[in-house]
Amino acid sequence: MTASSTLRAVLKQPSGVVGVALVVAHVTMALVAPMIVPHNPTLQSAGAILQAPSWTHPFGTDRLGRDLLSRALLGGREAMLIATLSTVAAMLWGAMLGLFVALQGGRTDAYVMRIVDAMVSIPWVLMVMIFVAALGVGARALIPVLSFSYGLSVVYIARAAALDFVARDFVLAAQARGERRVTILWREILPNVRDTLAVQGAMQWSWILLGISSLSFLGLGVAPPAPDWGLMIADGRGIMQAAPWTVLWPMAMLSSLIVGVNLAADAIAKALGVDRTFGVAAP
Amino acid sequence: MPRKIAGRLAAAWITLVVIAVVVFVGVELMPGDACTAHLGRDAARAEMLTACRDRMGLDRPPVERFALWAADLAHGDLGVSMKRERPILGIVGPRARNTLILAGAAALAGVPLAILLGFLCGLRREGPFDIVTSTVALVAMTMPEFVVASLLILIFAIWLGWSTGVVTAAYDAPALTLLLATPLPAITLALVYIAHILRMVRSSVIDTVGADFVLMARMKGVPERRIVLRHILPNAILPSISLIGLTLAWLLSGVVIVESVFNYPGIGRLAVNAVADRDLPLIQAIALLFGLFYVLTTLVSDLVAMALNPRLRSLRG
Amino acid sequence: MRLLSVAGLTIARAAGPVGRPVVVDAGVVLGPAQTLGIAGESGCGKSTLLLALMGIVKPGLRVAAGQVWLDGTDILSAPAEDQRRLRGPVVALVPQSAALSLTPTMRIGAQLAEALAVHGRLAPAARPARVQDLLARVRLPDPARIGHRYPHELSGGQMQRVAIAMALACKPRLLLLDEPTSGLDASTQSGILDLLDTLRRETGMAMVCVSHDIGVLARLTARIAVMYAGRIVEDRPVGAFLRHPAHPYARALLASVPRIAALVLPLSIPGRPPAPGSVEQGCAFVPRCVRSGADCVTVPAFRDVASGGRVACHAPDEGPLILPAARTGATGAVRGDGVLIVRDLMVRYGKAGPLARLVGRPAPPAVVDGVSFTLAKGEILGLVGESGSGKSTILRAVAGLWPRSAGVVTLAGSGELAAQTVQRDRRALQRVQIVFQNPDASLNPRQSVREILAQPLRLYFNATPAEVERQGRDLLADVRLDPSYLERRPGQLSGGERQRVALARAFAARPDVILCDEVTSALDVSVQASVLSLIRALCRTRGTACLFVAHDLAVVAALCDRVAVLHMGRIAEEGPATLICTAPRHAYTRSLIEIAQRNAAFGEYPEPLPS
Repeated sequence: MTASSTLRAVLKQPSGVVGVALVVAHVTMALVAPMIVPHNPTLQSAGAILQAPSWTHPFGTDRLGRDLLSRALLGGREAMLIATLSTVAAMLWGAMLGLFVALQGGRTDAYVMRIVDAMVSIPWVLMVMIFVAALGVGARALIPVLSFSYGLSVVYIARAAALDFVARDFVLAAQARGERRVTILWREILPNVRDTLAVQGAMQWSWILLGISSLSFLGLGVAPPAPDWGLMIADGRGIMQAAPWTVLWPMAMLSSLIVGVNLAADAIAKALGVDRTFGVAAP
Repeated sequence: MPRKIAGRLAAAWITLVVIAVVVFVGVELMPGDACTAHLGRDAARAEMLTACRDRMGLDRPPVERFALWAADLAHGDLGVSMKRERPILGIVGPRARNTLILAGAAALAGVPLAILLGFLCGLRREGPFDIVTSTVALVAMTMPEFVVASLLILIFAIWLGWSTGVVTAAYDAPALTLLLATPLPAITLALVYIAHILRMVRSSVIDTVGADFVLMARMKGVPERRIVLRHILPNAILPSISLIGLTLAWLLSGVVIVESVFNYPGIGRLAVNAVADRDLPLIQAIALLFGLFYVLTTLVSDLVAMALNPRLRSLRG
Repeated sequence: MRLLSVAGLTIARAAGPVGRPVVVDAGVVLGPAQTLGIAGESGCGKSTLLLALMGIVKPGLRVAAGQVWLDGTDILSAPAEDQRRLRGPVVALVPQSAALSLTPTMRIGAQLAEALAVHGRLAPAARPARVQDLLARVRLPDPARIGHRYPHELSGGQMQRVAIAMALACKPRLLLLDEPTSGLDASTQSGILDLLDTLRRETGMAMVCVSHDIGVLARLTARIAVMYAGRIVEDRPVGAFLRHPAHPYARALLASVPRIAALVLPLSIPGRPPAPGSVEQGCAFVPRCVRSGADCVTVPAFRDVASGGRVACHAPDEGPLILPAARTGATGAVRGDGVLIVRDLMVRYGKAGPLARLVGRPAPPAVVDGVSFTLAKGEILGLVGESGSGKSTILRAVAGLWPRSAGVVTLAGSGELAAQTVQRDRRALQRVQIVFQNPDASLNPRQSVREILAQPLRLYFNATPAEVERQGRDLLADVRLDPSYLERRPGQLSGGERQRVALARAFAARPDVILCDEVTSALDVSVQASVLSLIRALCRTRGTACLFVAHDLAVVAALCDRVAVLHMGRIAEEGPATLICTAPRHAYTRSLIEIAQRNAAFGEYPEPLPS
């Protein structure tokens, strides 16, 4: 299916429309936000602490007097950037390894997957925390460890998707011809798993975004005073009762983006006819 | 059949060993070691550093240290915490119990619910129940745990006042006290994996409903209710059991965040503290424990699957 | 009252564009104890019609017109409870694939007992005895204990017998059979057909049987209806039909069946059946019909045939069936030098590692147990045997896709061939090409035909895009496909067309030896005929030797110059095709010939008409 026909098929589904709309809205916002924010997001103002939503501050202010609307609009940028870079890296190495072991089979497959199994058993949060403890915080520095952790689940999915094709006669025919392994992976297998991987990539992106927000929440991700949804929720947690707007806006932003991506991914999967049962997330 | 079980146990054992190696190597690869991490700035003072390393035996070659560590583990000795200067087993033991209570509560309540909901959704595919439930599941799957946790605290603790929100029980409180403290954290933990398992079961049910043997049962004249219970149910659920176990194992590692948000005294919260303290031996032990937990969960689910699924029992036992 | 009466039944797709309906205006009448066979190739609607006879319409289809009266009830529009009551006691189905139709999680005894229980037959205490009785009736071994097994613990033939037992449980008056012998070995097939025939005579059931294999129908039924593009085009008593088929399609269909007595390539039908979505305009067979005329723009009505039955055609041919002249004597070709020499080939599945051998565990059984033969240049050698005889394994070992445990494979001019493809050099790989059985799996669904053909051209000859284009067209012409097919994807091709592309891809490498692994076994019989003649033409014009593997001796005998019969991993007998089939020496060969003759049930091969 071509890109435009896929898009049309996606937009025929109500979930697809909602999903795509949300994603487009968020991406646009992330791109143009710096130009349209009404206030300086890091400007503290002792006189304007914890104000309820008003005309000057439509989202209210936080405990340091910063305008929440501006912070909310900008809160996704850093996280989205990190998520994008990490996702690309994770998909690249995860898919390469997964496809390779699927084709190779035999002992290589067994050994590699054993090791992957072992590494997946350790919670990614723990891995990140250890990493941060050893090397210090820097959100951009998280990219390698995030790509590694999330890449592990990509290995499973790429391998499972490839296994469907590896035993088929046309792959056997290529082997019989004497095609090189790289050629077989690139020409025969990859085009057939491309759709599954694309949908998976979209979902991985949303999970990594979720992960980064969780890390920011724990104080291990984006560093203050930069605006970030996870940080904002952590900030406002203690005063939730008195000032619920400090947590509700960032929650709504974060959730709407992630739900949007997953709805869109769901709709794309249906449009492309991709099997969804591979979608086990790494939290 | 016994050979298959033995094979599965052996595989679990090997995975555990690999986990131990991976954890050890991971910690080794990082710059610095347990002493530099623990001493922090003091590590610049040479005599303190050497004294510490001597004490911890860090001057020995890695392979030897691994062997010693492994031997200790076999005896149940998890080492000594650097920060608290107590045996790790004593620190970790009660907290592991607490996490098990939490995870157990979440699993026991959540898994049957998820299977039931997934089954109903799959049977009435695209019907109103399915659409509503699947959408709710999708939203639940995509909410970060800390968001769910915060929302639950907001609603149940702050607005409704039904619960204290943050857990106040100490780590060595009796099991029942802790059990009573679990509802909110357990719901948070369970929400995500209920949604995943629900979707998986739903998908499996949809596949089974369209299977030839279901059509065959109809052609025999079997009434619909019997078809659902005796033909669809077992064949939809049984193949999913292993995958359910895997999902469970993956997602229960969310205890780290959940326990932090609710201040629940389990190993998740301990892990966060250990990282803040840069207490490497403790971190190592906790990582290993998580690995052990993961292996046990998948092992149990695989064995359950083997016990229930006749196909797995007799294929080349 | 008639047991079964179908009038004007039309079944179409429930949604989507209105195209040709799956079943069009079908009419069937059947009395108690009567039999009817429905013949046709894939996509003709026979299975859909069969299911409709018990009131089942698969999701995605709907009844557009007509009724099915079963024992006085209009089963298609009856309430669900009435339908349920008829299924089992009045009508029962033996499905096409027993393996897929038995519930994996229930023991087979329980599934049989269920058939009895849901219709309230017999007190619960009496049911186990009846279950055992049913299992014995279908000649299953150890009927007392086999009921405790699960479906996956039985063989294909055993599962089929269980399915038959399940259908018989409530003593139905009408038995429906959907391809009862598909996927089964020749000898197993024979056993099942004998069983069905005996049961029919014992119980006096009426039977409707659907099959693409006319020989099966000839053995089981007294009347045959032929379907094409959703319509019944001919409805005749079996004997008269086999001698004088009237409809041009039916005649072509019979002429395309390979017959063991003839040893000659059967005739094929040009063109392909109408695509499911195409619009209906007059008689659907016109594009492929040799007798079409001006009348054929309207759908023909049924007219009676002198020797019995009726046919829906404007210009039926009532003369005797014309077939190509039988082959007599050897092909006359002189046998050239050996190009592929196989000596003492041995292949085991599974490996006994050194540790196991130390412990004394026996090596796994040899699937191929010391096979030797020589394939001469330009010769077509057939390897025939049942499943498990090792024939496909031999091909894969020769191709280097499966490791051999012992033996030597030599390619004249390239020396000994290494056991695995990765160890062979490019020249050796180029000279031996393999074509697989399953048309759905042998082509990459994401590649266009051009890309598929480009692979070997680039790999072996470093062809430029212009050369790929030119040679691609030539190759397509050689396999009798239009050059426009270069653009198409496998999903747009029929099974026969895909196999042609697979052949084109193999011949693109300009090999000296081509290995055919059951390449026609998954095709309709008329399509098979065209692919067989294509293989013969390609091999002869290019001087390529061919190793042709199949389980059907009639097919092998029709195509091949020489035949080797495989039995349990060894060659039982080898020689020229005519000799093997007319004067077999090995008992196993004789049994294969007997089975082929019985399954064909065409009796004596008729003399060709004087031209």
